[in-house]
Amino acid sequence: MIRFTLLRFLQLIPVFLGATLLVYFLVFATPGNPIAALSGGKPMSPAVEAALTAQYNLDKPFWMQYLLYLKNLLSFDLGETFSGQPVSDVIGRAFPVTARLAIMALVFEAFFGIIFGVIAGLRKGKLFDSTVLIASLIVIAVPTFVLGFILQFVVGVKLAWAKPTVSPGAPWSDLILPALVLGLVSLAYVIRLTRTSVIENKNADYVRTATAKGLSRRRVVVVHIVRNSMIPVVTFLGADLGSLMGGAIVTEGIFNVPGVGNLLYLSILKGETPTVVAVVSVLVLVFVLANLVVDLLYAWLDPRIRYA
Amino acid sequence: MPENPTPEIIEPEGAAQRIRSGKVSTRKIEHYVARLEDTPLQDVDKVDESAVPLSMWAQAWRSLRKQPLFIISAILILLVIAVAVFPQLFTHTDPTSCTLSNARKGPAAGHPLGFTFQGCDIYARIIFGARASVLVGLFTTIFVVIIGGALGALAGYYGGWLDAVLARITDIFFALPLILGAIIIMQLPAFRDNKSIWTVIITLTIFGWPQLARITRGAVIEAKNSDYVMASRALGLSKFKTLVKHVVPNSLAPIIVIATISLGIYIVAEATLSFLGVGLPPSIMSWGNDIASAQISLRNNPAILMWPALALSVTVLSFIMLGDAVRDALDPKSRKG
Amino acid sequence: MSTFDADRPLLEIKDLAITFNTPEGPVYAVRNAHLSIMPGETVAIVGESGSGKSTTALSAIGLLPGNGKVTGGQIIFDGEDITNVSDKRIIELRGNSIGMVPQDPMSNLNPVWKIGFQVKETLKANGLAGDNAKERVAEVLAEAGLPNAATRANQYPHEFSGGMRQRALIAIGLACRPRLLIADEPTSALDVTVQQQILDHLERLTTELGTAVLLITHDLGLAAERAEKVVVMYKGQVVESGPALEILRNPKHPYTQRLVASAPSLASKRLQTHSLNEAVEANAVEKPVHSKAGDDVLEIKNLTKVFKLRKSLGKSIDFTAVDDVTFSVKRGTTTAIVGESGSGKSTVAQMVLNLLKPTAGTISFDGMVMNEQPESELFKFRRRVQPIFQDPYGSLDPMYSIYRTIEEPLRIHGMGDSKSRQNRVKELLSHVSMPSSTMYRFPNELSGGQRQRIAIARALALQPEVIICDEAVSALDVLVQAQILNLLNELQKNLGLTYLFITHDLAVVRQIADDVCVMQHGKIVEHSSTDEVFNNPQQEYTRNLLGAIPGATLLI
Repeated sequence: MIRFTLLRFLQLIPVFLGATLLVYFLVFATPGNPIAALSGGKPMSPAVEAALTAQYNLDKPFWMQYLLYLKNLLSFDLGETFSGQPVSDVIGRAFPVTARLAIMALVFEAFFGIIFGVIAGLRKGKLFDSTVLIASLIVIAVPTFVLGFILQFVVGVKLAWAKPTVSPGAPWSDLILPALVLGLVSLAYVIRLTRTSVIENKNADYVRTATAKGLSRRRVVVVHIVRNSMIPVVTFLGADLGSLMGGAIVTEGIFNVPGVGNLLYLSILKGETPTVVAVVSVLVLVFVLANLVVDLLYAWLDPRIRYA
Repeated sequence: MPENPTPEIIEPEGAAQRIRSGKVSTRKIEHYVARLEDTPLQDVDKVDESAVPLSMWAQAWRSLRKQPLFIISAILILLVIAVAVFPQLFTHTDPTSCTLSNARKGPAAGHPLGFTFQGCDIYARIIFGARASVLVGLFTTIFVVIIGGALGALAGYYGGWLDAVLARITDIFFALPLILGAIIIMQLPAFRDNKSIWTVIITLTIFGWPQLARITRGAVIEAKNSDYVMASRALGLSKFKTLVKHVVPNSLAPIIVIATISLGIYIVAEATLSFLGVGLPPSIMSWGNDIASAQISLRNNPAILMWPALALSVTVLSFIMLGDAVRDALDPKSRKG
Repeated sequence: MSTFDADRPLLEIKDLAITFNTPEGPVYAVRNAHLSIMPGETVAIVGESGSGKSTTALSAIGLLPGNGKVTGGQIIFDGEDITNVSDKRIIELRGNSIGMVPQDPMSNLNPVWKIGFQVKETLKANGLAGDNAKERVAEVLAEAGLPNAATRANQYPHEFSGGMRQRALIAIGLACRPRLLIADEPTSALDVTVQQQILDHLERLTTELGTAVLLITHDLGLAAERAEKVVVMYKGQVVESGPALEILRNPKHPYTQRLVASAPSLASKRLQTHSLNEAVEANAVEKPVHSKAGDDVLEIKNLTKVFKLRKSLGKSIDFTAVDDVTFSVKRGTTTAIVGESGSGKSTVAQMVLNLLKPTAGTISFDGMVMNEQPESELFKFRRRVQPIFQDPYGSLDPMYSIYRTIEEPLRIHGMGDSKSRQNRVKELLSHVSMPSSTMYRFPNELSGGQRQRIAIARALALQPEVIICDEAVSALDVLVQAQILNLLNELQKNLGLTYLFITHDLAVVRQIADDVCVMQHGKIVEHSSTDEVFNNPQQEYTRNLLGAIPGATLLI
């Protein structure tokens, strides 16, 4: 198991390097003046320009630039925002908020997604199944920002059950509605994945054998059908944690959540390229680590992988 | 050959040598023979010549055209395409002639859905905004299928280093969610200063192809291990021709399904980018832009936001439902051999 | 629980009808089926695929698929009518009154639970776990012939071989001491020698425990050897039932007669003795007479294939699939390569077809070493050597119509114009006794045997001299198999073809081959004429293989 973990960890390093290189390349090596991009397109003095050139090592060859950037990234030296704050501090404040938001969304989609998916799968073709299926398609089809606006308007403004925007400290209770919106699309995917998986497993030979052994229906469903159906679902959920954090940009914008997504959005509007690159790199890191957790979970759930 | 972790032969040697003579019961067992009239003997393995020959596609079409979900989504998609191609047929109002005095007014004669914040006709804007969404969805899908499909097929079919490289590249792209990656690209100077439908298409293609490459790769690997591929190679068909003539046609089903569903997802992505201000330029009429600019009037005039959102959602839903219906129709498990 | 009564049938099925609801309308899978099993008795249901044999048996334990329903008749277990009994009652009966051993050991154990867990839950569900469940689990597994049962109980199914898994499934089926065990093709996924062992063990165990067995099988020889009573099913109906040996020696219903005549394990012996009756005579496989003066069209010398099995992190170990194999095939004759799974026989076939590069050794075709030839020579070679594969569902491209399938080789080799090609396709279809209207059809509209005929027609299109049949009849039902073997024999006689016949089934070899190579662990252990191998096997391994053919000794 330790060997397996180590192996998986090693395999993730090239992914992390590749993704950060890709981001770095896109931002600093594509046509256009990177200095102008760094300043958000505003005119600037030669002194500032020279300082920026030095800060991002733009006078050095590309590979050198990237390696120096990587070194800074790993030592959490992420540069400064236009207003002079260290980017690492800004991210440090925003990150926990987004992490809480994403985890709440994850719990929400996992809980309801698995329950609805299992019931729909067991009752394939029945009314409940068709309703859930069509509802999940609608959720996928309606853009998150529209869903966000609707829920904000209905729940936050009309019904006033929750605050339409999040207070500065981002308390847990304020995050419920944004987490719901954030997790909604993934919820649809979890339901569909669980359902497909349950349908496949309930027709498996070993389920018939389990029934023939004299097990109760309940035990067959829980111990054999649901347990086996969880393998792809857990994999999806783990990978989704990274996507939720990256995808929080829209939700955080709508509900004014002071998280990573909002930071990213504001940085883009202001043209603060260094902050954008730093935030994206951190998100990539989260995604890669989430994938490591997924791999381990996968091995834990499926003994066939464990010793491979 | 699979590894055998345990020995198959367990019984002592020589157990196989005993002469087996069958079992004879001490009980009286009746010998029953059914009457031949009741159990007529049929020819062994006779060809049923009465049925109409049907290819796999024809069979899929047969089951599809009976499905209400398919019919509804197909009609809606045709309608949206018609609107995108000939918007003039659906409205005579100029969507760009906006008068501020009409701002946020409700429905009026000739303006069934009312007016926007700037006093433009909502209905006309929805009709003329369809083109941008459809173009983005369609062209992104075409490019993604060409690039992702080709790379995925080659990697899956030839394997080796090509496959390994592609696997790593897709891993890297998967580490960047579609919207996140698109935001980064769209705010690059080269893109930010030349915003158009094509920059959005290019951006979505860059982050969309890896998914299709993975799907194609999987489908091709499944198809290439079939006996009919080996049979064609044994007939003397070259390796590349076998890919084109046998492997690719047999891998199309999942690609078509994913492409159809993705088309809807790309339309949503375009709207999201426009909403974030990094998608289509405001000069291009699009549902995403209209929804974004309706944000400010949401609390008092939700209809301004709802109508384009509804148009967008119904279009996307149609594509996703179509993909779902096609998936069921092409599912090999539902087609009996 | 009712009292034991030796004269009352343990299971009685009367006029059973089972219907499946499908989108195309109801399918009457079983009609008027009837059978009875006395306590401790072994009864076999024999039939081809689609005969309703499994459906009938599974209805007794309430395991019909969701769209299947008992629409008539009665199922009586130990005096109790369980036809429409409640779910609760049927769950009570399962496990401790009626047990089951399923067909495919690879898919019938849940891959995520340890073997011991899966045995224990059986005991628990039937209230038999007691205080020392762990020891009981080990006992039950040991009983089924699993060595080191206590340790093995802590392993997962993927750590077991196929034979071991089947033993675990037998342990589960018998764990709660059911009065009746339904064994649904319990060994057809296993090699013959393993199959024989497991059946021997099952027989011993059920005899000791006094368990009645309902054995479902497609193999009449196996049924006759293992059961006291045989029930023959055909198209959902029981056509004949009675004492096993009597059914075998004196079949009354024409279908049973056909089955007896076609069963390869029985037919091979019968060819030497006098024929049973007319029906048998008519269906017997006739072996064509070859001129002895054939030259060696294929010569395989010191053929070796080493695969690198990848282990983690770039390490790999060598696995020798084919080890120094030498043999030759005379023109116009049939040479069979026989072996169990993993013996390397199919790897040999792929190398002879030049679809796989040998690690060492040579393959000569008509005097020319083929495995060193350039692509252009190989292209010519392809016209002269053609394959037929095992899986009739996989060997035809589902996207191609039958016409395109058979025309493809002609097109690849630029033979004729479209008109002459169409005539040739029609001619080839008639060679394999298929109506020419078939050419507008698609593979998914044909049965397995029909697809195999199309595959033969495609192989014949280029007028090859040698055909490599890789398990070409293994996936087919007995009657269809006999039909295809006859067709192959006829084509050989008419067209002077040479066959290299790869198979795991020694019984089939007897019907078609002139020479036999027996392979084990990548090596040829015995190579001789068919008669010699069957009558005077030199190797222990060959003798074991021969001895394991079910029913081989029953008709003498």
